[in-house]
Amino acid sequence: MPLRFPAFPEHRGLATWGETLVPLAEFRAAAAGAGRALGDAEREAAVRAYRTEPHDSTPIEGPYSRVAVFGGVYNNHFALAALLEDAARRGAQAVYCLGDLGGFGPHPEKVRPLLAAGGVLAIQGNYEESLAAGREDCNCGYTDPRDNHFAAISYGYTERNCSPEFKTWMGMLPRRRRVRVGDRELLLVHGSPRRINEFLFRSTSPVPFLEVQLDRHRCDAMLCTHTGLHWHRRLPSGRDVVNVGVIGRPANDGGTSVWYALLEDYEDKLGVELVPLVYDHLSLAAEMRREGLPAEFVETILTGWWTTCLEILPARERAASRY
Amino acid sequence: MIEAETVSAANAPRVALKALDTLWFQVGGTLCNLACTHCFVSCSPTNHTHEFMTLGQVRGYLDEAAKLGVREYYFTGGEPFLNPEMEAILEATLAVGPATVLTNGLLLSPSRCARLKALADATDYSLDLRVSLDGYDAASNDPIRGAGTFDRILAGVRNLADAGLNPVITVTEVCPEAATDEGKERFFALLRSLGLDRPRLKILPVFQIGAEAERAGAYESWQRLRAGEVPEDGLEHLQCSGCRMATDQGVWVCPILVNEPSARLGDSLADALGTFSLKHPACWTCHAYGVSCRT
Repeated sequence: MPLRFPAFPEHRGLATWGETLVPLAEFRAAAAGAGRALGDAEREAAVRAYRTEPHDSTPIEGPYSRVAVFGGVYNNHFALAALLEDAARRGAQAVYCLGDLGGFGPHPEKVRPLLAAGGVLAIQGNYEESLAAGREDCNCGYTDPRDNHFAAISYGYTERNCSPEFKTWMGMLPRRRRVRVGDRELLLVHGSPRRINEFLFRSTSPVPFLEVQLDRHRCDAMLCTHTGLHWHRRLPSGRDVVNVGVIGRPANDGGTSVWYALLEDYEDKLGVELVPLVYDHLSLAAEMRREGLPAEFVETILTGWWTTCLEILPARERAASRY
Repeated sequence: MIEAETVSAANAPRVALKALDTLWFQVGGTLCNLACTHCFVSCSPTNHTHEFMTLGQVRGYLDEAAKLGVREYYFTGGEPFLNPEMEAILEATLAVGPATVLTNGLLLSPSRCARLKALADATDYSLDLRVSLDGYDAASNDPIRGAGTFDRILAGVRNLADAGLNPVITVTEVCPEAATDEGKERFFALLRSLGLDRPRLKILPVFQIGAEAERAGAYESWQRLRAGEVPEDGLEHLQCSGCRMATDQGVWVCPILVNEPSARLGDSLADALGTFSLKHPACWTCHAYGVSCRT
């Protein structure tokens, strides 16, 4: 008969099997007999099947020789206006937005005419998805009550100040786009190719993971946003992954610039430039104050340091953060 | 054998592996320098159900994981830092991806913390430490984790903070206030007092198996998942749709069920890419509470 645990478990020669103790040899034998033991060929086939993704019928746009890609407007219409000017001045033939138009900043409706005037081609972020679906919160699910408090303010303000027409338009945006720059095919997503709200931080997006994602989703480069922090990694295969950052608020680096990406066709490689964008952040801060948005949000605009919702940062990015 | 085995596999929903994002290592086996009364794997100084993993074993799985595009690695036990190869294992892992170590905090000497900081600084990827604590004071923590552990855990956390590392403190709901906003604020205040000015906290429910079943009672018979009662997208949120656990005994479905032989899926990760039958009562906890052992 299996033994019940004594008050202080004494396992010598015994193994825990669920709620009981059994002789170690009995556990080991049962474990060894469980599961599969595939042959080499079967294992290769299993891995191949695992790595195969269903066909993606997203139409391919372009080809272009130079495009600008940005994400995370967060209602920052001042930065959006500056971006459209900067991208035009640098000769971008098309301008793409990777989503998250709202939250954080003032006057969501001021973003819409700028997108139209700039001919911006957008995909849906999790903010657009939530607003279009009539969700009551941004669904960030923080542990820290303070983070949840500010996330609710941020979402609630945008939700109240966004017209039904704008929300409907958001709901019709595609989830991904494929864009040709020269001979290379770029996959544009919000979070990751798999999930709209997946965070791809530099320190938690290892090379083997990215190589497999680009294999599965058949592209030469993958562009994303959602984290708020920009980075670029050229993979050993020669392909590129670019988190274009956000133009809505600074990159938690103590500077007031915001960031976007320029992608250019070079013969031997994809040209990737992460561009710091100077904009009228003082006017933005003044407008945020007039709208009664939290002082903590205004502080981020003025200092370049994030003050809330830092829980999402991995250890490495958090270590580089002021708060 | 045990109650779980009497639940028919045919009645239980099956969950597919959507993507192997998180690979766990039971790197400390079931060996621990503590014998916490709520430990769902009943780890103790004499529990050899799973032994320490060697650097060679870990390397084998890391090579396979790279081909599958695994995103992150977690190390647990038992107590990982009892394993004499633990720092070498971390160094090998951080060359290919981010790593998180779940520790009881007792073996975090100043010199070890300095070495861990050096490992963190030498890589492009995140190194995270998670330290378990089960109360705000010795009176609430020590009955669970052992006499004198509260002070020793706090000393370890302070050593991490002094070395410039910012661990996540993991609290289980054995501490009933932990799930409330006031309770969290109390933990944040405690951590700030240790020198962690940016405190991080993770709250976990308890699994009524192992030592915890003895402490607070096992599952009731209704606490089971049955096919048809769980929507398809509910299954996709279960951590077993995105993780596997490697031990010295092979590959298991998840970090919770390493004491269930039927949860062993094979020798290699390739063997373990199939579906799993959610027939164990602990699967009910994961579904009902939306548990992820990830940070």
